[in-house]
Amino acid sequence: MNASSTLVTSRPDRSLTKTDRVARGLGWFSLALGLTELVAPGKLGKALGLEGKETLLRAYGGREIGAGMWALSDTPAPAIWARVAGDLVDLGTLAYGLKDADEEERRNNFIALAAVAGITVVDLLTAMSLTAEQSEQKGETGRDYSDRSGFPQGLDKARGGAGQQAVPVDYKVTATEERTREGQRELEPA
Amino acid sequence: MKALVWHGKQDIRCDQVPDPEIEEPRDAIIKVTSCAICGSDLHLFHNYIPAMKPGDIVGHEMMGEVVETGSAVTNLRKGERVVIPFTINCDECDQCRRGNYSLCEKSNRNGKLADTAFGHRTAGLFGYTHLTGGYAGGQAEYLRVPFADATHIKVPDSMTDEQALFLGDIFPTGWQAAVQCDIRRTDVVAIWGAGPVGQMAIRSAILLGADKVISIDRLPERLSMSEAAGAITINFEDESVVERLNELTGGKGPDKCIDCVGMEAHATSHLDSMLDRVKQATMMESDRPHVLREMIYVCRGGGVLSIPGVYGGLVDKIPFGMAMNKGLTWRMGQTHVRRWTDDLTRRIDEGQIDPSFVITHTASLEEGPGMYRIFEQKQDSCVKVMLKP
Repeated sequence: MNASSTLVTSRPDRSLTKTDRVARGLGWFSLALGLTELVAPGKLGKALGLEGKETLLRAYGGREIGAGMWALSDTPAPAIWARVAGDLVDLGTLAYGLKDADEEERRNNFIALAAVAGITVVDLLTAMSLTAEQSEQKGETGRDYSDRSGFPQGLDKARGGAGQQAVPVDYKVTATEERTREGQRELEPA
Repeated sequence: MKALVWHGKQDIRCDQVPDPEIEEPRDAIIKVTSCAICGSDLHLFHNYIPAMKPGDIVGHEMMGEVVETGSAVTNLRKGERVVIPFTINCDECDQCRRGNYSLCEKSNRNGKLADTAFGHRTAGLFGYTHLTGGYAGGQAEYLRVPFADATHIKVPDSMTDEQALFLGDIFPTGWQAAVQCDIRRTDVVAIWGAGPVGQMAIRSAILLGADKVISIDRLPERLSMSEAAGAITINFEDESVVERLNELTGGKGPDKCIDCVGMEAHATSHLDSMLDRVKQATMMESDRPHVLREMIYVCRGGGVLSIPGVYGGLVDKIPFGMAMNKGLTWRMGQTHVRRWTDDLTRRIDEGQIDPSFVITHTASLEEGPGMYRIFEQKQDSCVKVMLKP
């Protein structure tokens, strides 16, 4: 059976799709943001009206780093969905930060809200696209190959057909009665 | 020429690259007529094997016609059909003289790097990491073969490419895996993984006279191929492997266990594999050795573990005390291809076995990168991809 070109991706000469590349970009972005949240939660909190929430921001940093590493793996879809969930948590946290923010913090917070909303859309579209690509099963699964024995002369003739001489001496590992007796004879005094 | 080129993780492209040229007197150039995507190419595809470089030409299962030879190659003629073993061997060094061709001491041109990484160097390999020489691979229109006077298998005219191609890797790999078990007529042989190497190991174990061969996988199409060769099958998504193996062996466990899975055990079916996957993603472990753990646990005392599956680096939580107390013998390694191929060529020629049964997909070289994804995701019941440059 031959695979037709309809089985392969829209660019059969490349294995990586555009969505894969966007997912990688999001993975690196996640790592950078996570490191920032871990290393400078104080400055970030102050700018966004989230002073006193440094521990929370560090936790978010850990989450971002985890999602980033996963997104850079060979199975990125769950990580991008995790980012979508994380984006919603971030939006909620930023909205909470508006409550007691002064004017400058409020302005920064709105910018951050807009940025997170934008990235949420990118995350959502990427996650949906990755899931669609994965679930789009190409071709038939569970095909029956029970007629492919590989033994042209039949299975019965194949059983043991190679003979014991096929195993070289330096590949013998199994103790047998004969071999044990041979070993004992070698140990006996002449 | 066109070739499949590694550009990074999951990024293989069909590129235009310079044609290879004779560099050393023992070189030959072959025009590739058929090549294949191997399970271990997926380890490179997933970037689990260190020391790949963007621009590397991949592929280590290939055959073709000789088009040019170096001045020192006297045993090959233009137009002769040859399969090229994936291990490059010189036939002169101490290891080659012992038949340990995959440990050739001369063919790895990055030998010092390999000495540092492995303790002692291993043979040069085609289309693989720079730790094994970084030689251009055979998923291409042309291939330069170093030490070509020793690194080739002549193909009888009566044999098709489909029958001969797998002499370069998966057939001798499955064969060596079974030979390493020193199979007796009363032996139960359990084989993890029903991919291409697993299929060859099943047939080799049958030819070597095993009493029972048990094939373990999760994909119905692959298990149906195992059944075709007389194997009893276990789908690990439907039943407990350990319980079923004990049931099939009267509670004693299989005498011989073969790991045809290696470093990328299915990540979501077992708790230990899930943990391995997390460790892999966080660079705390390089391999997922679920099969090794299961083999050690279930193998009969005094049994043999044979490991043709590729491992790349560090594995965690291996119950070595269990292995020691049960007195298990471990046999492993890259395949000493040339050691087995005269015998296996004869067996194909005599009709004892026809390895072409494993080919499920044939495509052009240009379609190769897409076929990597099909093979990786096991879509369309794909077991083995053959490419025609």
